[in-house]
Amino acid sequence: MTKFIFKSIGQRIILLFFISIISHAIVHLAPGEPSLVDPSNPRMKAEDIERIRAAFHLDEPLYIQYIFWMRDLFTAKLKSFKDNQPVLKKIWDRFLNSLPLFILGTLITWFLAFPVGIQAALHRGSAFDKLGTFLSYALISIPGFFLSYICIIFMVKVFNVPVIGMRTFGLENASLILRSMDRVWHWTLPAFMSAIAGVAILSRYVRSQMLEIINQDFIRTARAKGLPENTVIYKHGLRNALLPFITMFGLIIPSLIGGSVIFETIFAWPGMGRLGFEAILARDFPVILTLNFISAVLVLIGTFVSDILYAIADPRIKF
Amino acid sequence: MNKFEGEQNLEALKPAVSLFEEKWSVFRQNQLAYFSFTFLIFLFIFSMAGKVLTRWIVFFDPQLVRLSEKFLPPLTPFTSKIISPEDAPAFNIYFLGTDELGRDIFARMLEGTSISLTVGFVAVSISVFLGVFLGGLAGYYGKLKFGFTTIDTIIMRFVDIMLCFPTFFLILTVVALLPPSIYNIMIVIGLTSWMGTARFVRAEFLALRELDYVVAARSQAIPEWRIIFIHMVPNAIAPVLVSATIGVATAILTESSLSFLGFGVQPPDATWGNILADGKQFIFDAPWLTFIPGFSILFVVLAFNLCGEGLREAFNPKLKERI
Repeated sequence: MTKFIFKSIGQRIILLFFISIISHAIVHLAPGEPSLVDPSNPRMKAEDIERIRAAFHLDEPLYIQYIFWMRDLFTAKLKSFKDNQPVLKKIWDRFLNSLPLFILGTLITWFLAFPVGIQAALHRGSAFDKLGTFLSYALISIPGFFLSYICIIFMVKVFNVPVIGMRTFGLENASLILRSMDRVWHWTLPAFMSAIAGVAILSRYVRSQMLEIINQDFIRTARAKGLPENTVIYKHGLRNALLPFITMFGLIIPSLIGGSVIFETIFAWPGMGRLGFEAILARDFPVILTLNFISAVLVLIGTFVSDILYAIADPRIKF
Repeated sequence: MNKFEGEQNLEALKPAVSLFEEKWSVFRQNQLAYFSFTFLIFLFIFSMAGKVLTRWIVFFDPQLVRLSEKFLPPLTPFTSKIISPEDAPAFNIYFLGTDELGRDIFARMLEGTSISLTVGFVAVSISVFLGVFLGGLAGYYGKLKFGFTTIDTIIMRFVDIMLCFPTFFLILTVVALLPPSIYNIMIVIGLTSWMGTARFVRAEFLALRELDYVVAARSQAIPEWRIIFIHMVPNAIAPVLVSATIGVATAILTESSLSFLGFGVQPPDATWGNILADGKQFIFDAPWLTFIPGFSILFVVLAFNLCGEGLREAFNPKLKERI
């Protein structure tokens, strides 16, 4: 086990190194430098551009820039091109904003997908199953931004509540209840929107996994022993059906950054996805690269944890 | 006489239903998938016609601006006295209304259909080609040493690296940094979505490599590229076909999201994504500008997904005995 842990950590560090090289190369080799964002500005003279390029090390060869990036990243001195703020602090602030949405979205996903998937599997071929199948395809197929707009109009017209942004401006002195209700309303839609695709996909997986499990011999044995149906399904069946979902744990993490770009832009949510979007618009290379790097680190940690959990949960797996 | 007998025997050995017929009958049983398939066939014809009628013989002009005719709801007949009769929309009616510049939405949707479908198909072709090629290499030459590691290890670690990137963020970065062009979008979507295909093909190849017909082909000194691409790929194509169908759906969605953020296809060219993105500011005054492209994307993507699911069922060997 220890050997496996050390080996997989080593492999992941090597992977991370290559990921950082590839993302650095992609961002720096693509045309368009930060100094070219505003070409129509008459106050930008050739020597100003030279000075900016020198200050950001953009005139150095690529591998030197890479070394500078790595050095600054690990000594926490990396500064954003745009406003000269420390990159890690910027990302951390935005991360704290994204985190509640991510947690809420994940909770909604799991709490909706499992009951729906299990019910669909138990009543295979019923109207509920067919409706669930069709709805989950519809929800995967609908463009997220389109659905968000429909929901925004619906929420604003029917419930007359604010949904854009993180909080309503000017409510700072209101009572605690009013403020927390305001927060909850602002959370609801973005969290649901980011959960919807997950619910649709995960409930299909749960269904097919459950279908496979309930036809197995040990379930028949459990029924033959005279166990109550609920114990059979939820204790013996579900526990075995759960195993593959441990592996999905690691793979949902990239959505923390990638998947949230659109929703955070629509809902004006100052989170990580939006930070990335703004950084791309401003050619803010350190922020783009560091976001990419952090998300890769999160994925690798996620897959590592799920590998280990898998080994703990499934006694058939040996190292 | 002898020859004749041989022929008869061959005739008798033929299966009652060919492989294709068998899959097709399973596919047809899934009504949703079959309906989606017919819908998609009609959509192709529609988009071909759209391409011809908006580009080469301009019958529907998607770029004609008629400022006095803006924000007309769908099915408004053309009655304007200000605009000259040769600028009138086809059949003197705005089927789907007009936008903020008085352009005919029906013509723009027609133009967008072919662009959106092209993006989907070209992106998926690139990803299927890459996936089959790299997956095939990894699966067939897996054990071959290459320095201190094997080819399989190198390719599969590269797949792992690609899977670690947040895909949409990566696409957004590259598309935003490159000069805006529809071809860049297709290529970038293709280059970031081949990993699933590569994994499927590799898994299939690992199993196929040991089968008798491959060993027989190798014993006849058939060149290796021929064994891989002529003999083995057709046998490994089923999961690729399924994931490609669903891949088209994903690519269309990605393109519309990019257009929505303003990085997609640039005006004056129309795609469903940028008609929706332009229309969203007027959602209260002119809701059709948002709902028409939105529901078109929904239906087309849904049709591709259901079709892919039908294919998956048809190719699933476990379901064979059901017919």
